[in-house]
Amino acid sequence: MANPALARSGSVTSAASNDAVVQVREICKNYGDVEALRGINLEFERGKLTTLLGPSGCGKTTLLKIIAGLVPATSGEICVNGHAVTGPGPERAFVFQDFALMPWATVLRNVGFGLELKRVPAAERDRTARRYIEQVGLAGFEQKYPHELSGGMRQRVGIARAFAVNADVLLLDEPFSAVDEQNRRKFQEDLLRLVELEKKTFIFVTHSIEEAVYVSDRIVLLSPRPGRVSQVIDPMIDRSASPDDIRRDAGYLDVVEEIWQGLRQYAE
Amino acid sequence: MTLFGTRVPMMASLLFWLLVWEIVGRLDVMFLIPPFTSIVSAGFELVQTGSWQSASMITLRSFLYGMTLAITVGVPLGVLMGRFKVIDNIFGLWVNMFVSAPLSALVPILMILFGMGETTVVVTVFLFAVWIIVLDARAGVMQVPTSLIEMGRSYGASRWTIFTKIILLSALPEILAGIRIGLIRGVKGVVIGQILVSIIGYGELFELYSRSFDMERFWALTMLLFAAAMLLSAGVEHFEKRIEYYAGAR
Amino acid sequence: MQMSISPAKIDNGIGASQEAPSTTAEMIRTFADERRSFWIVVSLAVLFITWEIAGRVPISFAFPTFLETVSAFGEMVADGSMHRAYFLTLQPLVLGIVVSAIVGIGLGVAMGLSDKAEWLLAPVFIVLQAAPMAALVPLVTFVYGIGLTAKTLAVIMLALPVIVLNSYKAVRHVNPSLVDMCRSFQGSRMQQIFKIIIPDASPVLFAGLRLGIAAGFIGVMLAELLITPTGIGDLITYHRSVANYAHMYAAVASIIAVSTLTLAGLQYVETHLLRPEKRRK
Repeated sequence: MANPALARSGSVTSAASNDAVVQVREICKNYGDVEALRGINLEFERGKLTTLLGPSGCGKTTLLKIIAGLVPATSGEICVNGHAVTGPGPERAFVFQDFALMPWATVLRNVGFGLELKRVPAAERDRTARRYIEQVGLAGFEQKYPHELSGGMRQRVGIARAFAVNADVLLLDEPFSAVDEQNRRKFQEDLLRLVELEKKTFIFVTHSIEEAVYVSDRIVLLSPRPGRVSQVIDPMIDRSASPDDIRRDAGYLDVVEEIWQGLRQYAE
Repeated sequence: MTLFGTRVPMMASLLFWLLVWEIVGRLDVMFLIPPFTSIVSAGFELVQTGSWQSASMITLRSFLYGMTLAITVGVPLGVLMGRFKVIDNIFGLWVNMFVSAPLSALVPILMILFGMGETTVVVTVFLFAVWIIVLDARAGVMQVPTSLIEMGRSYGASRWTIFTKIILLSALPEILAGIRIGLIRGVKGVVIGQILVSIIGYGELFELYSRSFDMERFWALTMLLFAAAMLLSAGVEHFEKRIEYYAGAR
Repeated sequence: MQMSISPAKIDNGIGASQEAPSTTAEMIRTFADERRSFWIVVSLAVLFITWEIAGRVPISFAFPTFLETVSAFGEMVADGSMHRAYFLTLQPLVLGIVVSAIVGIGLGVAMGLSDKAEWLLAPVFIVLQAAPMAALVPLVTFVYGIGLTAKTLAVIMLALPVIVLNSYKAVRHVNPSLVDMCRSFQGSRMQQIFKIIIPDASPVLFAGLRLGIAAGFIGVMLAELLITPTGIGDLITYHRSVANYAHMYAAVASIIAVSTLTLAGLQYVETHLLRPEKRRK
């Protein structure tokens, strides 16, 4: 409690900051008789990475898809940049857990697909796609097909595609869950670099406590059946340190332990 | 449609099409399409006739003999192909070829080899049904998880025990799926065989009704056949669902 | 020392004498494993030799040997009757398949995309696929006589339900995550259908087409044997009536071979062009 690295927001519905890009108001979601989400209120600040963390069945992916406009909410409202939204929009881009790459298209076409749908001319589309392919470290793989890439490389394609449409908000649904442990760590470091570089708002879903603490500015803990916000934690990790030092840092480890204590009651 | 459950819509749209049929039939557009109600009443008369009953017995008998033969040959061959690479290599080509070959072209050969009678129909049923049974049994045996076999070996099971208690039981869902498709193909086989032979069973009746332009009876017989094929397929599907629980757990 | 060496020497001797044949066997085995064509030749040989022996016994007066059949085939190719027969047989087949492909893929895709179309059509085609459609082939002759139209209709009757149901399943089994992806980038419904759903469904659509062609071959043979003897059906019927069994067998074997080669070719196209994940292997 007295840990200096922990700064908890007092209540879930804390005073609205003026810099909220995405506002989630009283979102409820029912699947038939099953109540998946109940009364979710959240705000996501510009330029920050917020993680939705919780045990399986807590509705974190559902909430992310509601924010994305892919799944309709039963009640409640999502506001992006102050406007209520009901479907997908150009200011949000989604990164899928299973990559969602078109197997018949090259890396270049996959990355440029968001622009292709917006009917951006081919030359401009390719130029943008190439820039982001390079930024995620896949230069030289433009003409490869997804099946020729490893899981980690495929997700880099998925991330490049989301960046290429230049959305304000990036929604990442367990993006690294299909990536092996070594690549996962590399990925987390790259993600932090991209957050720094792109100044975008990131909403990130994961079930890994360590991953959440390592990458997040703010962690929203969800409890299951029905999904509710149980706790909001700001880890306040000093990111100027080297990745290995962060992972050994006492503050980091305390936050991990804190979250685990909150979640262990839901473990099977 | 999502408005109702899942079973209701299927019936509903078929009823809609039967209604369309009835209207077309009443309008007398084509002599080929009599009103559905008169087909149904012709069907009730038909099932009481001795000629239909004896034709049904012959058809059923050929079908059962052919299917029994197909299953007793098909399942062991498929299992052997799944277990032994050499057998698989020798028969694989032919099984894969005959499973989609135009077997209707073979029936004239069967007619000269086995005569214009039931034997030809039995062999036709066998040839239509057997290949898919072989292929599915083979696939079932080949996809038995290695970890299950290794589990059996680590607990000291003999090769025979592993074979009967692990491999065969594990392949059962695929074997049954193959038999179900085999049954549907067998029905097509019995019809094609009888129509081409044309002097026994339903083939004879079809020939008779179409020559005398007795469309009510022709359709009534067709509908009975279709209904029997659907019932058979639904029946096996129901049986398959009962063992599905462990196929899903794999 | 010697005591301990000599068993090893004996061992070596036995080992060496066993090794020579085992390496040959090994060589054959690796050769067989690597060469699929080797097994194709073996399995062809097994059947043809069995056929030849059965014909020489003979198991039936109406069972020619393999070699007789081959020479009958050569004879029919030489006198041109084979070409004429295939020219006649392939017309209704190609026509029927083209019609079934256009109508079938159209209906199937519509059923996959729209719940209303599914409700209206799916049960009908499920019944038609499970039912023995062959029973209806004689009916066609009443309306369309014994010409090309009747035979084409017979092909369509057998091929269409297969193509429709497979196209329908292909669309229903499109990766939902790809559809979500397209929606998340604000793709329109048309873009969703033409850029995601149809490309993702195309391998299964093509596989359905292949099954439809297999059914079409059954249909065309049925039509030629039942409705009117033309093409290959005529070769079969005619040579049977004059007891030219070798010629009859050659005609039957040739249509089975043609259908098999067509289907194998389509499967090759399917795996090598339509599935990039299976390409380059």
